[in-house]
Amino acid sequence: MIPAKFDYIKASSVSEAIGLLEKHGDDAKLLSGGHSLIPAMKLRLSRPEVLIDIGGISGLNSISEDGNEIVIGANCTHADIVNSDRINSDLNILAQTAKHIGDIQVRNRGTIGGSLAHADPAADYPAVVLACDAKIEVEGKGGKRTIPATEFFLGIFTTALAEDEIITAIRFPKVANGNYQKFFQSASRFAVVGVAAVKDGDSVKVGVTGVSGTPYRATAVENAYSGSSDAASHAVDGIDDLMSDHFADEEYRAHLAKVMVKKALEA
Amino acid sequence: METFIGKPIKRREDARFLKGAGKYTDDIKLMGMTHSAFVRSPYAHAKILSIDTAAAEKAEGVVAVYTGSDACGTFGVPCGWQVDFKNGETMREPLHPLLAKDKILHVGEAVAIVIAETLELARDAAELVQVSYEALPAVTCPKKAMEAGAPKVHDQWEDNAAFDWCIGNDRTEVEAALESAHHVTEMTYKNHRLAPNAIEPRSYISDYDVNADKWTLYTSTQNPHLIRLLLCAFVLGIPEHKVRVLSYDVGGGFGSKIYHYTEEALLTWVSKEIGRPVKWTSDRTEAFLTDAHGRDHIVHSKMGFDEDGKIVAHLTDEYCAMGAYLSTFAPAVPTYLHGTLFQGVYTTPLIHLNVVAPFTHTVAVDAYRGAGRPEATYLLERIISKAAKEMDIDPAELRYKNFIPPFNGTSEPGFQTQVALQYDSGNYHGVLKRGLEMLGYEDFRKEQAEARKNGKLIGVGISTYIEGCGIAPSAVVGSLGARAGLYEVGHVRVQPTGKVSVFTGAHSHGQGHETVFAQFVADKLGIHMDDVDIVHGDTDQVAFGMGTYGSRSLAVGGSAIIKSVEKVLEKGAKIAAHKLEAAESDLEYAEGKWTVKGTDKSISFGDVSLTAYVPHDYPEGVEPGLDFSSFYDPTNFTYPFGTHIAVVEVDPDTGKVDLQRFVACDDVGNVMNPMIVDGQIHGGVVQGVGQALLEEVIYDGEGQMVTGSYMDYAMPRADDVPNIETDRTTTPCPHNPLGVKGAGEAGAIGSTPAVVNAVVDALSHLGVTDIQMPVTPKRVWKAMQTQA
Ligand SMILES: Cc1cc2nc3c(=O)[nH]c(=O)nc-3n(C[C@H](O)[C@H](O)[C@H](O)COP(=O)(O)OP(=O)(O)OC[C@H]3O[C@@H](n4cnc5c(N)ncnc54)[C@H](O)[C@@H]3O)c2cc1C
Repeated sequence: MIPAKFDYIKASSVSEAIGLLEKHGDDAKLLSGGHSLIPAMKLRLSRPEVLIDIGGISGLNSISEDGNEIVIGANCTHADIVNSDRINSDLNILAQTAKHIGDIQVRNRGTIGGSLAHADPAADYPAVVLACDAKIEVEGKGGKRTIPATEFFLGIFTTALAEDEIITAIRFPKVANGNYQKFFQSASRFAVVGVAAVKDGDSVKVGVTGVSGTPYRATAVENAYSGSSDAASHAVDGIDDLMSDHFADEEYRAHLAKVMVKKALEA
Repeated sequence: METFIGKPIKRREDARFLKGAGKYTDDIKLMGMTHSAFVRSPYAHAKILSIDTAAAEKAEGVVAVYTGSDACGTFGVPCGWQVDFKNGETMREPLHPLLAKDKILHVGEAVAIVIAETLELARDAAELVQVSYEALPAVTCPKKAMEAGAPKVHDQWEDNAAFDWCIGNDRTEVEAALESAHHVTEMTYKNHRLAPNAIEPRSYISDYDVNADKWTLYTSTQNPHLIRLLLCAFVLGIPEHKVRVLSYDVGGGFGSKIYHYTEEALLTWVSKEIGRPVKWTSDRTEAFLTDAHGRDHIVHSKMGFDEDGKIVAHLTDEYCAMGAYLSTFAPAVPTYLHGTLFQGVYTTPLIHLNVVAPFTHTVAVDAYRGAGRPEATYLLERIISKAAKEMDIDPAELRYKNFIPPFNGTSEPGFQTQVALQYDSGNYHGVLKRGLEMLGYEDFRKEQAEARKNGKLIGVGISTYIEGCGIAPSAVVGSLGARAGLYEVGHVRVQPTGKVSVFTGAHSHGQGHETVFAQFVADKLGIHMDDVDIVHGDTDQVAFGMGTYGSRSLAVGGSAIIKSVEKVLEKGAKIAAHKLEAAESDLEYAEGKWTVKGTDKSISFGDVSLTAYVPHDYPEGVEPGLDFSSFYDPTNFTYPFGTHIAVVEVDPDTGKVDLQRFVACDDVGNVMNPMIVDGQIHGGVVQGVGQALLEEVIYDGEGQMVTGSYMDYAMPRADDVPNIETDRTTTPCPHNPLGVKGAGEAGAIGSTPAVVNAVVDALSHLGVTDIQMPVTPKRVWKAMQTQA
């Protein structure tokens, strides 16, 4: 439980961090809350030579309102999100989700930017950013760009981020009627299945995590929603890479996905 | 005068634990101490083709690197219990080397040790050791290990059996009774493997002092003297008086720290080689891979009943994994700690158990909280509940029908079982009656019927367990294959000022001995418990003792202390009689003083102590001093028993089990400190619930551990467990001076079948008759699907 040797550099600005990423290339990793990266390093599954700590960069940890949107700095911790009045009233689904991540220590250190960049297939936020149609704001040596959530997750631990890019913020529309349902894995308490549903009149957007290696929008459910009382039965339609482990094999996981979608739709 | 026995006195050791001031092995830092890291096999079964240590030896800060080709490679750790084949063949006992030399037999087996100036440097250098392996097929399931053509763990024997053993009545007689039984209930299942998960991982420091030619071994063990004996006489061949074993605070053991592990012996050898102290502390991954596991039985069982529901016969066949090597007490666990409990609390006239114990390509299995008795209890309590369902008899009713009637073991004799033991005293009706009352059983059944109408799945599960603690006497266990005695030592040293130091061979690793032992010593001497100190865990201070496991500390260790207390009072009376100028027979001892009966002439314990050490005015022919040591070898085991009842609700959509109530009415004999007994029951119940609902070690087909971290091995947490409702009945043990039975394992023994019975009960109307443990949401849901 001791990591391999590494250097540590504390970045004071986004541009400095990007410069450092460019300089050290493959050898470097960004460090924010450290609650995914450090455990992997302790097991020596991850062994970066340089850690670029972005935790101290000012401006990355604010929660602000921009018209009809809420902009959450990448360095906001899960606890910041749980405790934000603005999020609790205008983006309640995200506060609900953050509340069920890990334990108090994890929530006090882990960040939304780190969680999204890490793209753990059992993480909670991916379902919500998908269902909310959030946008991931990133910055790299080529400048700033915005990646829609639906284009962000590419596979297990894989995202659309380029090597030199940093997530700076996540831009959410305000959501009045959203619900997150999580079926806990009994050892890690990550999601076996997590479902976020955002309802707007007759339509719904459903994000699903934990089921496939890539979190996804359950479009079959969304399409069936207004007409059918049985929309949840489409929860895994078109998903051909269902995950399987000793807690949930493919059959049970598919069943759970339907149950959790149903709960989220009915909540 | 203040007395202490029976009071819920707060634990004196908790002050240091709660302040983070405990002294665990890893807290100790010695001058010049080096650190070590192991190179461990990633394969379960492999040939070692070559090991190249050159790069590691040259790495920064490295002091030494050793492999199985060095002198340490010739040593092996022994097994402490011999269980022979039923046909007379001797138990197969492989060498368990300190470092694997030619062959790897389980994932995590050590291949090399790297010693360096810091732990970080040791870890870095360990990565530079190049080992080339040729992977071989592995077998991890004890039943598959006995199939023809299974990969062999040890090549020198024709199959994988370490032994094949049986107990009880003649098999053909039992089979005949089953043939003619009115009803036979059958079960096939796995009592799955568990990891012990002590919060403090194993940790050792060995310090060889060249000037004194003496070793000090700091070790997180439950069993300091036995470790010293095995280490000196059986592994390294060093003189026993040249080794001091110290185990200060130990953060839990649950059995896993009873055994003598290879790392302990290797570090002791290394320390002399390098002439410096060396430390190793297991990390959590190593703990999963190398601590001895528990359970891992594959069971097939039949129980026969007559038309009145009386049990007529019980026949069981089991495959019980030993792992790659025989751990210290491994052979005893599925045999003498298991088969001997197959009587349960029932009058079953015919019992037969056969155990095949194969080697497997896994880490060793040994005693884990309950050790053999949880496995016996699980079987009996599940099969009787299953039978009740099949015969449409209430499960409480079926138990009442079959209970051994109450007996106190003094005016009424003990109960002779069909499986060697004689129970000391028991009242099984009493605990079930009280348990059902605490639960409100009849009301629950009504509520359940209502709930089912609304599609709610609730169930109740009963378990009426018995277990055996304080395993003894030595001569008997010796005849059963134990290679050690099972007595205990208790030394009471009264200081001149009347303060008392007690030295016990029992070892506390969370149980609270420092408090409980002081409570009863204080009462017996009529002094305050603040004047009594308990010393344990140091082989230089304490005479040869046997450590703590099998819920033995109070029943065996406490009894040894009582013997010494009695000797103190006997001698004290002589001194008092002299000082009071009275006949000894005219004295009575109470409240810390000897009084001449019928007068106000008295002398205090403190004055007598002082006189004993300043013997100016002193009885003739009496030695000075007030200091006694005693060994106590019990005449029998003790037999705690109880009733555990669980109530669960199952989510019909997901199969998730919600444990809603847990009722425990236990009888552990006389109780010295009810708070500590409650705590032991709580902890044990949670471990038992963990097995029922959450915990499982899984090895895949290649022998890789799938559940080697807390991301994958599910431990019970506070929110998995309801408030545990406890009560007790008291049936004193008739054969030890305190009348105590033991409480350390009862919770883990009784609880598991109660929970699974409740889950099956909740689903019984859907046709579910059994679910493999742990009853995870996936398994429950699948069981509901196949029945639907
Ligand atoms: C005990 C425990 C329980 C947990 N339970 C849950 C749970 O229930 N649900 C859940 O969703 N998660 C859970 N987590 C994970 C937790 O939420 C992590 O905090 C989170 O996944 C990562 O965030 P971090 O800030 O700690 O990132 P870090 O660990 O610092 O980084 C993670 C990865 O993201 C990269 N990175 C970090 N910040 C950025 C950025 N701004 N831009 C680009 N790349 C970046 C890093 O280089 C690294 O590769 C748990 C973690 C632990 C230790």
